[in-house]
Amino acid sequence: MSNIQQLNDLATQVRRDILRMVHKVNSGHPGGSLGCTEFFVALYNEIMDLKEGFDMDGTGEDLFFLSNGHISPVYYSILARKGYFPIEELNTFRLIDSRLQGHPTTHEGLPGIRISSGSLGQGMSVAIGAAQAKKLNNDNHLVYSLHGDGELQEGQNWEAIMYAAAKNVDNLIATIDYNGQQIDGPTDQVLYMGDLKAKFEAFGWDVIEIKHGNDLETIIKGLNEAKSRTGKRKPVCILLHTVMGHGVDFMMHTHAWHGKAPNDEQLEKALSQNPETLGDY
Amino acid sequence: MKKYTYTEKKDTRSGFGAGLAELGRKNPNVVALCADLIGSLKMDEFIKENPERFFQIGIAEANMMGIAAGLTIGGKIPFTGTFANFSTGRVYDQIRQSIAYSGKNVKICASHAGLTLGEDGATHQILEDIGLMKMLPGMVVINPCDYNQTKAATIAIADHQGPVYLRFGRPSVPIFTPADQKFEIGKAIMLNEGTDVTIVATGHLVWEAIQAGEALEAKGITAEIINIHTIKPLDEEAILKSVKKTGCIVTCEEHNYLGGLGESVAGLLARNTPVPQEFVAVNDSFGESGTPAQLMEKYGLNSQSIVLAAEKVLKRK
Repeated sequence: MSNIQQLNDLATQVRRDILRMVHKVNSGHPGGSLGCTEFFVALYNEIMDLKEGFDMDGTGEDLFFLSNGHISPVYYSILARKGYFPIEELNTFRLIDSRLQGHPTTHEGLPGIRISSGSLGQGMSVAIGAAQAKKLNNDNHLVYSLHGDGELQEGQNWEAIMYAAAKNVDNLIATIDYNGQQIDGPTDQVLYMGDLKAKFEAFGWDVIEIKHGNDLETIIKGLNEAKSRTGKRKPVCILLHTVMGHGVDFMMHTHAWHGKAPNDEQLEKALSQNPETLGDY
Repeated sequence: MKKYTYTEKKDTRSGFGAGLAELGRKNPNVVALCADLIGSLKMDEFIKENPERFFQIGIAEANMMGIAAGLTIGGKIPFTGTFANFSTGRVYDQIRQSIAYSGKNVKICASHAGLTLGEDGATHQILEDIGLMKMLPGMVVINPCDYNQTKAATIAIADHQGPVYLRFGRPSVPIFTPADQKFEIGKAIMLNEGTDVTIVATGHLVWEAIQAGEALEAKGITAEIINIHTIKPLDEEAILKSVKKTGCIVTCEEHNYLGGLGESVAGLLARNTPVPQEFVAVNDSFGESGTPAQLMEKYGLNSQSIVLAAEKVLKRK
């Protein structure tokens, strides 16, 4: 895939997938999923060097870890549409006997997933470990991770942030979904986190800000810039400014849709703003 | 009573250190992580010989568990090292999600378990770790009894695919198992055949059980003594076979009676052949500062306690 129109079509289709998945089971997390749709589209289709098929070790390819596992709908849609598992399987999201658990897991053997996540704050440590394994294996591929901004309130992140800088884990690009929202409200009201850029820099990271985190061209440019800064003795952080609920007007700029599914009427309205492009599952 | 002797005492943690060093030489995928306790865990030799395969994490155990999980992705076999308290209770959720539920091949190696850590006191004397770890689906839980067995267990767990909790301790204890004894996960070791009472013990309590067996013999009681080095998976066959013969059992462990070996055995018996059982274990309390011997006596974990428990359980037959 290469042109922006195709990528935008995919993003629109992924949005439909997210909305239909959470609507069907009346549960799940559409807000963050919608906000990170462009990031996932860019990462899996323009940025990461991926090999055919799936194995747990992932040697000889780039790796991605989702730390904020509750945005599983976008992850599942992207993986399915990338060919890791049948697109029809999105129909089983959160249902009994499904490989598509509420939060991603390796436990059911879903291709594309290498760690369980959901309990917040653990993904950066895992990504660091995988990055260090790549170094031991003389594998020059990169490790990517995604974290919620609210998730940074978990202390383990700061252990990991300190460690990655101290140990020069420079084959890691950790992206923070900087949407300023968490379940109980705006992050700055729940627990004011101050200047995240300054914090990461103070810990010794190279920080890039992507101001328009829902614009594909901007994201691709930013991710490529991040890639160019790897291998320089510092871990790389991207502060990705997104809008929670992006692409559905009544879900945007609020934490209300963090973990709430649309009803029938709301689904119809949301889908009308995201017309079918590549075919619904 | 079969005679057990020893010529040397050594700490089980040194057995871990020796096993890890040997693994470093023979398995290039083995890597080690430590949260600022290299000396206490006896990891120096591995680190000296394999500096590129060692990760000093600093005092950040949660991060250590996550990094260990990540290192398995890429085929590494990580051995984490810190005290038992910080290896389990402190990082339970990290182990649960990133290691156990994720099915990662991490070996959680925990020293200074139980009361025998001694003077540092209750903050460091975890007596709940076996329970915490055995409740995790897929987790193997091992508590070897002496230097040789800890070394053998360390080497053996590298060949097991999946998460393992390996528990050992600080004090010097008699080395009485053969240096060449093969370690089989989940396979109990018969130490003495007897007909009156079954005594199953794990970790530091195995030597005490042998002492108790000798004392009981002097009183005309023959004890069947079994070394249960693996608490999960439990060697159910060995225990059921023994109680069929003896009709009663004493379980011995340096752990709270809630959640430990004794509870696993009780569950096994309840599901199969209920027989009287006595627990030589800590009676649902925290520990305190003191010498290991003082603590084992005060909390009822020495050979005399085992003898009393055996006599009590015999009366309940």
